[in-house]
Amino acid sequence: MIDGLLIGLSTALSLKMILMVVAGCLIGTFIGMLPGLGPMSIIAIMIPVAISIGDPAGAIILLAGVYYGAIFGGSTSSILINAPGVAGTVATSFDGYPMARAGKAGKALTIAAISSFCGGTIGAILLMIFAPVLANVALLFHSAEYFALMVVGLSAIAAFSGNGQVGKALAMTLLGLMLATVGESALYNMPRFTYGVLNLQSGIGFITLAMAMFALPEAIFLILDPARTKPKSEQENAVKDLRITKEEAKTIAPVIARQSLLGFFIGVLPGAGATIASFLGYAVERNLSTKEEQKEFGKGSLKGLAAPETANNAACTGSFVPLLTLGIPGSGTTAILLGALIALNVTPGPRLMVDQPEIFWSVIISMYIGNLVLLVLNLPLIPYIAKILTIPRSYLIPFILFFTLMGVYIGQNNAAELLILIGLGVMACIFRVAGYPLAPLLIGFILGPMLENNFSRSIQLYDGISFLWQRPMTGALLMIAVVLILLPTIRLFLSRRS
Amino acid sequence: MSLERSLALFFLTISIIYGYTSFFIIDVSLPPFAKMSPVWPSSFPKILSAMGVVLGFFLVFSKPSANTKTEIDLKHLKSYSWVPAFALLGMMVAYALLLRPMGFIVSTFSFLVIGSVVLGERKLLLLSIVSLIGSGGIWYLVQEVLGIYLRPWPWFLSGGF
Repeated sequence: MIDGLLIGLSTALSLKMILMVVAGCLIGTFIGMLPGLGPMSIIAIMIPVAISIGDPAGAIILLAGVYYGAIFGGSTSSILINAPGVAGTVATSFDGYPMARAGKAGKALTIAAISSFCGGTIGAILLMIFAPVLANVALLFHSAEYFALMVVGLSAIAAFSGNGQVGKALAMTLLGLMLATVGESALYNMPRFTYGVLNLQSGIGFITLAMAMFALPEAIFLILDPARTKPKSEQENAVKDLRITKEEAKTIAPVIARQSLLGFFIGVLPGAGATIASFLGYAVERNLSTKEEQKEFGKGSLKGLAAPETANNAACTGSFVPLLTLGIPGSGTTAILLGALIALNVTPGPRLMVDQPEIFWSVIISMYIGNLVLLVLNLPLIPYIAKILTIPRSYLIPFILFFTLMGVYIGQNNAAELLILIGLGVMACIFRVAGYPLAPLLIGFILGPMLENNFSRSIQLYDGISFLWQRPMTGALLMIAVVLILLPTIRLFLSRRS
Repeated sequence: MSLERSLALFFLTISIIYGYTSFFIIDVSLPPFAKMSPVWPSSFPKILSAMGVVLGFFLVFSKPSANTKTEIDLKHLKSYSWVPAFALLGMMVAYALLLRPMGFIVSTFSFLVIGSVVLGERKLLLLSIVSLIGSGGIWYLVQEVLGIYLRPWPWFLSGGF
């Protein structure tokens, strides 16, 4: 581990990499502050830029910086104008916005930044401890276990998608897996599901799908509902004193410690992520507080602000554990990061730590640097960065749409791909209106080829499907997948009966 | 029929078409030696289609969930800005079709200016300056910094299609 850390330090502390983190954090904060634009859209837009860097370590560090920055930016718009940029920062607005209205916007931003920093940093320490352990266990896995593990990951994403959403999430996952089979198959290079369309021969582009699922619908919804981008008033945006007192620091310290651990472990679970972590963190701290403190929740409580901020950042870091060690993304954002890595010829998984330690460890080290950049650089700049909220939507939306189109065009250099993007984007909007989650589709699309390859390899090795019962670990994992899908359905059935 | 159920029906239809292709079309061109293998290119899609059809039927015939929170209130559709949304979608299609013949700078400048006007911007001079800087700046970054060729001017100024 020490060797790995030194490799990571030497890579991540080079001037180029530090610039990548700083640029990523600043861009992420800027765009993440815009209400309606989440980290998935921002990362999707940034992928062509990251890929053009050509260096996998630099690209992933830039994208990870954008990720932390977007979460921090989302908190800022939650606190200043009660318009969470991302779902993970909705709970931040419960107490952050009342503080801003009471003239304590600067204090609220400082608490959010310190909580984010601590949550992210403690999360990075836990990641550093758990990721190598998990990667070493995963090295014992064969293709059959990998296949089963991916099935568990996909089932968990569907199972944790909420009440009444399991069926829809499963449908979207299957749709993603189906889309992944379009184009030439790995077996015998045979074209599948192209229906004679030449542009589909090489399959649907990952960037096209990511943009269509996230960036394009976000922009369309901003046009449909102008209220999403309107700041409340200039006076409410004013950020003055950024300092906090010793007493206030003492109040939030235990909250930060608890929520860092809770958030990290929730983030590790596929499908759970920052949103669940932040709401759960808020609820836990409310229950642990005294009756007097409980009355403050929702009216500007320091604990109520620190809890979701710490938990969502720790969860973001935790979501890197399954990505880096197993190659399985636990959320839409990490799925996009996985797609970017694959585009750069890097395959995350247990071999990553052995074969390309500079990438594995520099990502972890960049998390410390990223969190430090957010605290030291971004916080003092917040009053200036917040000016972005005053950009008129008539300028903002055409530029967002243009960057979406350009991202796809640069990646494929094919105008027909833009038409595929628009078609898929319109479909994504309709699915979103009907409450179908889109992240499982993208996760299914990215995991599809790996799932099929491991499935095919296992069948070839065992000359059939006997690997399902000949390898106990595979059978056990598939049983877990079945239970994960059936449990919410049984629970729903029982609750309806009672 | 509710939108939720219509989409479930759409998913079922896709699964059936996907299944038909997997079971009856893909294997037609499979080379004879490949037929000796225990796994074919259609094996995985066949499983997916079977799961898709079963799930599709389940979604079509199950009761729509009452607690689904959606971003668009389907009961108040008139309160949303549909005209600019469709106009910008149409402009994106036009941009995709005109990007090569009209060149990057002209089509991007037009897209940004008309897009902003559709969304209510009336300060045309400022808008033109911002759009020109935006389209020119991005062209320079992509072409000169990233090294990806983008024809800046229309075909009649650049020696044909």
